[in-house]
Amino acid sequence: MKEHVHHLKDEEVNILLNDLLEQYGYDFTDYSFASVKRRLQRVYINDRFPSFAEFRYRVIRDSTYLTYLMEQITVNVTEMFRDPAFFQALRKQVLPVLATYPFIRIWHAGCSTGEEVYSMAILLQEMNLLHKSVIYATDINESVLEKARKGIFPLAYMQQYSQNYLQSGGQHDFSRYYAANYEYAKFSESLSEKIIFAAHNLVTDRSFNEFQLIICRNVLIYFNKDLQDKVLHLFSESLEQLGFLALGAKETLRFTTVAPLFKPLAQKEKIWRKIAT
Amino acid sequence: MTVSLPRTLVIGGSAGSLDVLLQLLPSLDPACRLAIIIVLHRKSDNETLLSDLLATRSVLPVKEAEEKDLLRPGMVYVAPADYHLLIEPDGTLTLDYSEKVHYSRPSIDVTFSAAAEVFKERLACLLLSGANTDGADGLQMVQAMGGVTAVQDPGEAEVAFMPRHAMTVMQVDRVLKQKEMAEWVMSL
Ligand SMILES: C[S@@+](CC[C@H](N)C(=O)[O-])C[C@H]1O[C@@H](n2cnc3c(N)ncnc32)[C@H](O)[C@@H]1O
Repeated sequence: MKEHVHHLKDEEVNILLNDLLEQYGYDFTDYSFASVKRRLQRVYINDRFPSFAEFRYRVIRDSTYLTYLMEQITVNVTEMFRDPAFFQALRKQVLPVLATYPFIRIWHAGCSTGEEVYSMAILLQEMNLLHKSVIYATDINESVLEKARKGIFPLAYMQQYSQNYLQSGGQHDFSRYYAANYEYAKFSESLSEKIIFAAHNLVTDRSFNEFQLIICRNVLIYFNKDLQDKVLHLFSESLEQLGFLALGAKETLRFTTVAPLFKPLAQKEKIWRKIAT
Repeated sequence: MTVSLPRTLVIGGSAGSLDVLLQLLPSLDPACRLAIIIVLHRKSDNETLLSDLLATRSVLPVKEAEEKDLLRPGMVYVAPADYHLLIEPDGTLTLDYSEKVHYSRPSIDVTFSAAAEVFKERLACLLLSGANTDGADGLQMVQAMGGVTAVQDPGEAEVAFMPRHAMTVMQVDRVLKQKEMAEWVMSL
């Protein structure tokens, strides 16, 4: 059977993960094994390696290939105003609190190509808070950050994004935020002015500031329980007292070791507030 | 290690498969010891409604699959809208927000293949009605790993394309009519 020839064994996946760690310092050993295996499998088949040995050789020897492989392993799919109810909750329940502070610091961890961060900047601008905010947007992956800095997204998606935006409580014509050019929409620089895009690896890097809001959506689902706990502690340490933590639609603090430090603010929208240290 | 994993059945369906499930789930034996996973294509915005709907009819407890849930015998797990559902080697579930496969998330191929890797011969997969090519690659993988494969009889399916497509690319083990399904499940 054709796909069986190109079937990676669990041991081979572990060998590659070990190579990535030893050779490049990228530690995927506490990621969801099923997800990592599936991603590696996809690359192995798509790039038509004749054997595992040749796949491995390429990974070890070719650092440009590594960049690509990293992008493939870490899923980068994202959207603007994904889960409109979540952004509505930010508008109604979180930003009005942040508005009372003289200065607002937000961290988007695992921001991918930036769609979520630009969505956030739009909310802040609409509530006239952007001028006193700074948003740190981080990801493990340099190449997605490069795209995020440009703020250029396919024009074909704008219809969907505009719909999400309106559902999240947006009042304007969404097209005011970008300039359309051929197939692309370039988002206004007035939005990106207050965003700092930087590489940060949640597995190995430490806390770098104190924030009032941390947003990390659809990243923890790729981690095993231990790593989830470790990263949640990092977030807890990086939040001010009464700071907000927002996770993805299918992620939760329940059953984690930081659960006692937080109280739910919007349960369905996955927003918590830090109440203890 | 494999021995401690429950025997598992994954059912994949698209257009026209909801009714099949609504008939099958009430007719199962409450003593069924399979872990059952359901992956159904649907519009991404009707959230948890599907598991609630299935729960009203099922004799076995139904829940929406959550991150890190451990698969247990005698339970029905429904893949949530807009995430792929994967299975870890230890029998826990993982949700994945990666590219759609066959324009679908959740994709049937993704869960069939992931289950095949973990459960090998302790797995059966059933592909129902649909207008999509999803599921056929996954079924082949299931077969290659020693699991049992079945499709809904295209002659009976509301949309024959999906089970028929699987039958053209492989030799499936069983072609089931609706009235044969419950018995087949209980025989696994
Ligand atoms: C599915 S995307 C989520 C994007 C966005 N937050 C959303 O929900 O739409 C996951 C992102 O997490 C990033 N990521 C994975 N492992 C990471 C790590 N160890 N440190 C930082 N970011 C990581 C990936 O590069 C990817 O961009």
